[in-house]
Amino acid sequence: MRIRIRWRSPIRGPWLTSVFGLVLLCALPVVIVTGLLDWVAYGSQPIPPDVGFLHLPTFDWPTRPAWLFRLTQGLHVGLGIVLVPVVLAKLWSVIPRLFTALPRDPLKALERLSLVMLVGGILFEIVTGLLNIQYDYVFGFSFYAAHYVGAWVFIAGFVLHVALKLPTMVRSLRSRSLRAELRTPLAETRSEPPHELVAPDPDPPTMSRRGALAVVGGGVVLLAGLTVGQTVDALRPTALLLPRGRTAPDDFPVNRTFAASGIADDAVGADWRLDLGAVRLSRAELAALPQHTADLPISCVEGWSTQQRWTGVRLRDLAAIAGVEQPSGAAVASVEEGPFARAALTRDQVLHPDSLLALQVNGADLSRDHGFPARVIVPALPGVHCTKWVAAIGFAP
Amino acid sequence: MRGVKAVGIVACLALGAYATTIILRDPTLHPSILGMLIWFAGALLLHDLVLFPLYAAADRALTLLPPTRVPLVNHVRLPVLGAALTFLVFLPGIIRQGEPVVRGATGLDQEPFLARWLWLCAAMAGVSALVWIVRVTRRSAAGG
Repeated sequence: MRIRIRWRSPIRGPWLTSVFGLVLLCALPVVIVTGLLDWVAYGSQPIPPDVGFLHLPTFDWPTRPAWLFRLTQGLHVGLGIVLVPVVLAKLWSVIPRLFTALPRDPLKALERLSLVMLVGGILFEIVTGLLNIQYDYVFGFSFYAAHYVGAWVFIAGFVLHVALKLPTMVRSLRSRSLRAELRTPLAETRSEPPHELVAPDPDPPTMSRRGALAVVGGGVVLLAGLTVGQTVDALRPTALLLPRGRTAPDDFPVNRTFAASGIADDAVGADWRLDLGAVRLSRAELAALPQHTADLPISCVEGWSTQQRWTGVRLRDLAAIAGVEQPSGAAVASVEEGPFARAALTRDQVLHPDSLLALQVNGADLSRDHGFPARVIVPALPGVHCTKWVAAIGFAP
Repeated sequence: MRGVKAVGIVACLALGAYATTIILRDPTLHPSILGMLIWFAGALLLHDLVLFPLYAAADRALTLLPPTRVPLVNHVRLPVLGAALTFLVFLPGIIRQGEPVVRGATGLDQEPFLARWLWLCAAMAGVSALVWIVRVTRRSAAGG
């Protein structure tokens, strides 16, 4: 069966495709690298755990600057969202190629197969990523594993596509002047010279090329405006349509509520003790220790973050109380049970002067949702490892 | 040249295939394989065979707009594109899907999102209409 489609757009062509391609070529590597860095940031507990050689060289995730994970993950999610219109425009611009017959040449057929990895990969990453940051687990499989594997399938397709198409992109970009294009109004908009992407018999234009670029750019700006609030505290309410644009009155975002933790009330009541192995401390005893205050972000893998003022006992002071003067790391356990109830900290994460077992935030005792009786807060550590409702800390000598 | 290209293509296909072995390494992920494949293929097919024909047809429908001195087409096209884009990206909140998990993670519900999205759409349509009226007025004033 042969489908005949009359392509109508007079502005579709290799130059326009290449402009979208150039934007993606510059921006997608940032999304890819920040995403892979997230795997490293999870330290000794990455998800998925066994990825063969498909990861960046591992290193101890730094504690300086404190906003490091806020930046990398904010970029990963934020850029991932704002690039959606560019990806859709790029796909629109090349869609006639989809409806051409499969090439007989086996090499060309394999190249076509690689486009399944490229296009399927990026759409899969966008869909799973968008669902994850909105807590919609309708897909029913492990987000972490799927998004990680999808990423590498996409990366393979992306690297090949760039290698094969870079010369075409450069040639096409040189075929027209961007400056001249930005001065060309609708009335003077003409088709690009004949090419497989250029419609041989187009409709009259209803939009200039600069108009099309402005529409896609406008989509980027619109999504950026609706996303930045989940990362910048002062702009929080502008993230109108995202769960992280909202907070309870006079509060900052919670990454998991006390109710959802399934912890019994009396487990964090008057009988609660912090177990340091050799010593067990009540909350009053912790509050009587020297307190330190630090402004630190909670930064989530879902891209949102918030900076707050935390007060509590330095982890290194607790290590000394536990009789471990030179800790090589620590294992933190929560009262909660579940996949994120235990976190391993590196030596630097324990020894950083701002690494705290926080008892207070913004001058008031922690609420239960924020981890009462005590929670860990460590510079640049992914929020999910800043354990709440801490039950025990084991410092390794 | 053809040899280099062949090696490159095969290497990248092999890399993609190797990536899928991450799933095979973890037996707890095996029950998810079918679901992941369906969503991967589904994302591709949904875009190419549903989303694209749908928006192409909707765009064709714009030619049915009555001819006016200042063409209506982009004043309809842009707010509709804005509405469609925000609907796709923020779908879970707008249709209130996954609310129990949202509540567990944030302590809040998804109640406001549909109304906010509708207001956003109305605002985009309103601005577009206003710009159209301004353009019509200016053209009339210019004696066009």
